[in-house]
Amino acid sequence: MSELLLPPEHRYAKRIKEQLNEDGSELSILNLGPTHPATHGIFQNILLMDGERILEAEPTIGYIHRAFEKIAENRPFYQITPLTDRMNYCSSPINNMGWWMTLEKLLDIEVPKRAQYLRVIVMELARITDHIICNSILGVDTGAYTGFLYVFQFREKVYEIYEEICGARLTTNMGRIGGFERDWSPKAFELLNTFLEEFPAAWKEFENLFERNRIFIDRTVNVGPISAEQAMAYGFTGPNLRAAGVDYDVRVSQPYSSYEDFDFIIPVGKSGDTYDRFCVRNAEVWESLSIIRQALAKMPEGNDFHADVPDYYLPPKEDVYTSMESLIYHFKIVMGEVPVPVAEVYHPVEGGNGELGFYLVTDGSRTPYRLHFRRPCFIYYQAYPEMIKGALLSDAIVILSSLNVIAGELDA
Amino acid sequence: MALETIQIKEKLVESFDSAVFEFKQERDIFSFEVAADKITAVILFLKNDPTLRFHFLTDLCGIHYPDNDEEHQFAVVYHLHNWYENKRIKVKTYINGENPEIKSISNIFLCSNWMERETYDFYGINFIGHPQLKRILNMDEMISFPMRKEFPMEDSGRTDKDDRFFGRTTDNY
Amino acid sequence: MSDSNINMVAPPEGVVGEGFFATKLNDVVGMARANSLWPLPFATSCCGIEFMATMASHYDLARFGSERVSFSPRQADMLMVMGTISKKMAPILRQVYEQMSEPRWVIAVGACASSGGIFDTYSVLQGIDKVIPVDVYVPGCPPRPEQIVDGVMKLQELVRTESVRRRSSPEYQELLASYNIK
Repeated sequence: MSELLLPPEHRYAKRIKEQLNEDGSELSILNLGPTHPATHGIFQNILLMDGERILEAEPTIGYIHRAFEKIAENRPFYQITPLTDRMNYCSSPINNMGWWMTLEKLLDIEVPKRAQYLRVIVMELARITDHIICNSILGVDTGAYTGFLYVFQFREKVYEIYEEICGARLTTNMGRIGGFERDWSPKAFELLNTFLEEFPAAWKEFENLFERNRIFIDRTVNVGPISAEQAMAYGFTGPNLRAAGVDYDVRVSQPYSSYEDFDFIIPVGKSGDTYDRFCVRNAEVWESLSIIRQALAKMPEGNDFHADVPDYYLPPKEDVYTSMESLIYHFKIVMGEVPVPVAEVYHPVEGGNGELGFYLVTDGSRTPYRLHFRRPCFIYYQAYPEMIKGALLSDAIVILSSLNVIAGELDA
Repeated sequence: MALETIQIKEKLVESFDSAVFEFKQERDIFSFEVAADKITAVILFLKNDPTLRFHFLTDLCGIHYPDNDEEHQFAVVYHLHNWYENKRIKVKTYINGENPEIKSISNIFLCSNWMERETYDFYGINFIGHPQLKRILNMDEMISFPMRKEFPMEDSGRTDKDDRFFGRTTDNY
Repeated sequence: MSDSNINMVAPPEGVVGEGFFATKLNDVVGMARANSLWPLPFATSCCGIEFMATMASHYDLARFGSERVSFSPRQADMLMVMGTISKKMAPILRQVYEQMSEPRWVIAVGACASSGGIFDTYSVLQGIDKVIPVDVYVPGCPPRPEQIVDGVMKLQELVRTESVRRRSSPEYQELLASYNIK
């Protein structure tokens, strides 16, 4: 144990000196992380162990603190999407759309129905990829590499759809104030339809591989349970809260982007253990698929993909070169000379891991005065030391990956 | 029967009189200000009152207003949410700039523990009664409070980027 | 085995005779090292997710002899730093690098690891080459898996042509000394 990580005056060091078990064995300290292969992302936990069992844990975070909020105060509004991408990079379109919707709430912009539906589709695709990553990695952590290799193929398929929509794979930087930067190509819809045809079978197989798998059940049932009361006290939201049996979902409680038009259920678990979290995510993937199908079916005619707000929406490049009016708008938007009201808005969206909120304070200038991200991971990771108390070391890893803590979102 | 904002206002004024003020509807969120010394009482009241039931702390963050007068230099903002009635409110409280301190609500809402630590880390706001108030995201050795407006975004000691070539200086904009 | 599509690495240039094959030690060692680079993924953020994709079935880094992801620095050849390295993380990265045994190579994957990327802030290290020497930089935010694979192939080229004596040369000692390593 390096002195760097645990100074001798640390309370664990004292406790080890004081406490000696009956059989003469000592407590020990284990440093888990920050670069432990089994922790996906960088979290450090100093564990006080009695043999294999964890007595206490002390988490340290901030290893990829990148100062999003400080950068945001120094960037014009439309340059903040790249930051939101890098927050929860497993489901960046949700973050992007959440940010645009915050701005639209600030500026009172009504987005056309079709653009809203397109947003719903892309957000649900993002939720699917998020859950694919979380659940397949949970499989890897319990020793089943197959599931990961199998469903990651389909994550690539989703990335192909993203590429068709915006050109990027992971950090999408998608959309504009009032809609999308361009209409979706027919190819995008074609890829989407293929995905909808092929993915369910694969996901069914993935489920079959795990849900009744003896080894998986032994590793996850009753591992890291959390009661509904405790989960709420710790500020849980999203699938982790729903696994504990609380049906709170921002998509239903405060519908945004026309979520009220779609018919879907909120899957809930019961015991809030790792297995329930896994199952809730699995079930949510099915719901997401159903929402996408509904959105495609109900998609309004026409080709509206953005609101008519020339003050905020960048005109097409060819118009900028040929028409005076577009050039002026382009100039004004890029130089940040657009009217922005002095206000405070809070907009929540249901991110991959829970309620992702944007609290924006403006002072009328081209940059936010203050932008605070309510990052679900940051808030619920507090409960982790409590959840692994008394668990085995190997369970700690499984609990961490089932919570789906994304380091980028945790540290901001 | 939805919880009406007027009801929230009446209840609060009845119990706290002039310590709660500036009630207004901001877009979809009802908000008001609280005198800093009453914050724990108000939050506790909002949480435990049988009709208000704001049982969930959504968010807690700080804001720095260097241009305000001395007593309004920093603000701490609490977002509360009542899931039963699906009602959100925002509570804002201003504190002194010279010696920013406010009572901690970490014994009321468990989840505020890290949020307060983060606010301390960013702004140096001292949360009185917090069980473990130390830096959370930045290194312990750091002396500045980076989110205060007077501190620059960039690290001034960096050598590989010349601000002149980026069309900016360290005190950007 | 003629009907399989397995590609074998061609032997280095040399003299072939009956029962013997003579070539330079450098070439043989280089070839062996280049085709069995054990990566140590030091994944911190977004690029780590793309690395996952690189390792997974679609892109399959195993094709390049990097099948075995070594999570112990002692048994790794190639440190792949993926994602933002903050100042808080920098000493740990350095420690990991120091724990690796020679010969060791470093790939900086992504803009953040290469130069700090879009995060020109008080908390982010402006490129890992401030704390450890880097062999290959892969641009992109995040780079596509193809780019990561390309970076690995570039590194393979470096490894193949590296002299077996390089690690004990005064230039190399000087390089390490400039980073204050050892």
